[in-house]
Amino acid sequence: MNIATHYPHEAEIIERCQESPTIFSLVLQLTDPAAAGQYRFTPGQFNMLYLYGVGEIPISIVSDPARPGQLIHTIRDVGRVSHGFSQLRVGDRIGLRGPYGRGWPLERMEGRDIMIVTGGLGCAPVVSVINYILRRRERYGRLVILQGVKHSNDLIWRERYAEWEQQDNTQVLLAADAGGEPWPGFIGPITVLFEHARFNPQQTIAMMCGPERMIHASADVLIERGSRIEDIWISMERNMQCAVGQCGHCQFGASFVCRNGPVYRYPEASELLAKRGF
Amino acid sequence: MPNDNIASGFLPGQDLALLLTALAGQGYRCIGPTVRDGALVYDSLDGVEDLPSGVHIQQSPGSYRVEFNQGKRLFDWANGPQALKPLLFAPRELLWQVERSADGQLRFTQQTPESAPTAVIGVRACDLAALELQDRHFLETEIPDNCYGVRRHQLFLVAVNCTRPAETCFCVSTGDGPSARHGYDLVLDELDDGFIVQSGSARGNEILAQLELQPVSAQQRNAAADATAQAVDMQSRQLPGRNLRDQLFANLDHPHWEEVATRCLSCGNCTSVCPTCFCYRELEQPALDRESSRHYREWDSCFTQGHSYIHGFVVRPDTRLRYRQWLTHKLGGWHDQYGRSGCVGCGRCIAWCPVGIDITKEVSAITAPPE
Repeated sequence: MNIATHYPHEAEIIERCQESPTIFSLVLQLTDPAAAGQYRFTPGQFNMLYLYGVGEIPISIVSDPARPGQLIHTIRDVGRVSHGFSQLRVGDRIGLRGPYGRGWPLERMEGRDIMIVTGGLGCAPVVSVINYILRRRERYGRLVILQGVKHSNDLIWRERYAEWEQQDNTQVLLAADAGGEPWPGFIGPITVLFEHARFNPQQTIAMMCGPERMIHASADVLIERGSRIEDIWISMERNMQCAVGQCGHCQFGASFVCRNGPVYRYPEASELLAKRGF
Repeated sequence: MPNDNIASGFLPGQDLALLLTALAGQGYRCIGPTVRDGALVYDSLDGVEDLPSGVHIQQSPGSYRVEFNQGKRLFDWANGPQALKPLLFAPRELLWQVERSADGQLRFTQQTPESAPTAVIGVRACDLAALELQDRHFLETEIPDNCYGVRRHQLFLVAVNCTRPAETCFCVSTGDGPSARHGYDLVLDELDDGFIVQSGSARGNEILAQLELQPVSAQQRNAAADATAQAVDMQSRQLPGRNLRDQLFANLDHPHWEEVATRCLSCGNCTSVCPTCFCYRELEQPALDRESSRHYREWDSCFTQGHSYIHGFVVRPDTRLRYRQWLTHKLGGWHDQYGRSGCVGCGRCIAWCPVGIDITKEVSAITAPPE
């Protein structure tokens, strides 16, 4: 049974966590044992979550692929459907179909140093990778995490960043365009962090998500520092409705973000990235 | 009865009804062009008398007019606003529905549309080319579209080679017309006194075998070839090349995009009549008793505000960006995605644009080498 089709399957909310005033996580379990047994995903892929009577939205899966029975989705209360999800409680039923798209190149990354660059609140697609690497720490080299936010209050999961920082051979750097107190990071755009990051550009695979201009600027710095353009991977966001490359909303140049992405090798997307209107 | 080796023959005009009878005998519902509401539309045919005898159509930028003359020909026109698209990719249809029980459990049911074997009479070469592209989009993919597929597999296509292109037609420049070359079950050349019928498939052979066909004379073959040559000569519009991908993407900041935007109403007529445009939106219709909900899809257009919406942000907020998206995708991105341009030269977007924007002129302006 493949549930990455055109219509959803029932899933139950088995846990709910309020991450910040507007961000929450839902832990979902498919109620059909056959569907649940078949379900497998890769970090970076997403599900379409359906709110009864309202509609569907694409949400990244942030949990570990080794536990496909409990799918964690971190959602920001920003639109009609996500607001509805914010009102649900443990035991409530929603629809789920997926996983869709191309995830992060986890096998290709083995043995390499890893740099994670994220901006704004769009860090969910890479949180799954960070957790994935930390649970399999011996397979990867150095881990550098760069996170930029507009305002220091926007940073969620502060304790997780603190925890990640304690790991061996791991560096965490934070930047905020505007900082309140207390702020453990730097003030300025995310690119200021590269001066403080200790990494070997030739040995590092970079994974980025967040605002496209941030990705663009960060990729420029990495390439200038000697990273190979093929070693930079990014996750894109566009309007997604069908999730199977048919409805046309996520069209990005000559690709469908839902099917050919959301994870791209940087050269596949760089031509039109941050180009207004694409 | 002719032997099975005959793949073509001449069908006298008065015997065209036999074709419809043969198709009906094989269980096909016949659809064909008929005049309604001032345009040629595909609708159910009760008989050959429903076909548009003596109808001619004047098309020009922003204009479509049906004219009646004394002629006896049935296919003496270029096209109507519809291609095959609405017959396969329905303008609106139910995808799935969900029932909610009193304790909140959800039960989802996928919908498969009801579909009867359908024969379409009078299909144009441009529309066959578009169909092939829509097949690639909806069917030749990892997760094929069920609704489209159910209808597509029951479709019988009777093409008619075009002898009177409209002023808006440019299928010669896209390489898709005026004659149908493949993708049909039967193809007709209309002559003054009848049709040269030729089969293009095994199913076509079966129908052909039931018709009382006469041998085609050299004179008839020449008449058909002359009509095709004339249809080629009649076309005055053209795109400046078959693959404009690199030229368009090299000119994303060309001032002409803005110039088009001052005229374009962003109404989406072009995408509705375009036989290859495939965008659709998904929408929800909950029942009033709150116990069930239906999930539909309906045609969408990259000219709408909602098309590029993501969490509080619109990727293409203005008409310049939307027109550029449409054109760079249709004539650019399609080459990478589907192996060719998404334009088949039918000219519908020119005729049905309320302000007469002409894709051939706009593209030429944008891709012209700097002076």
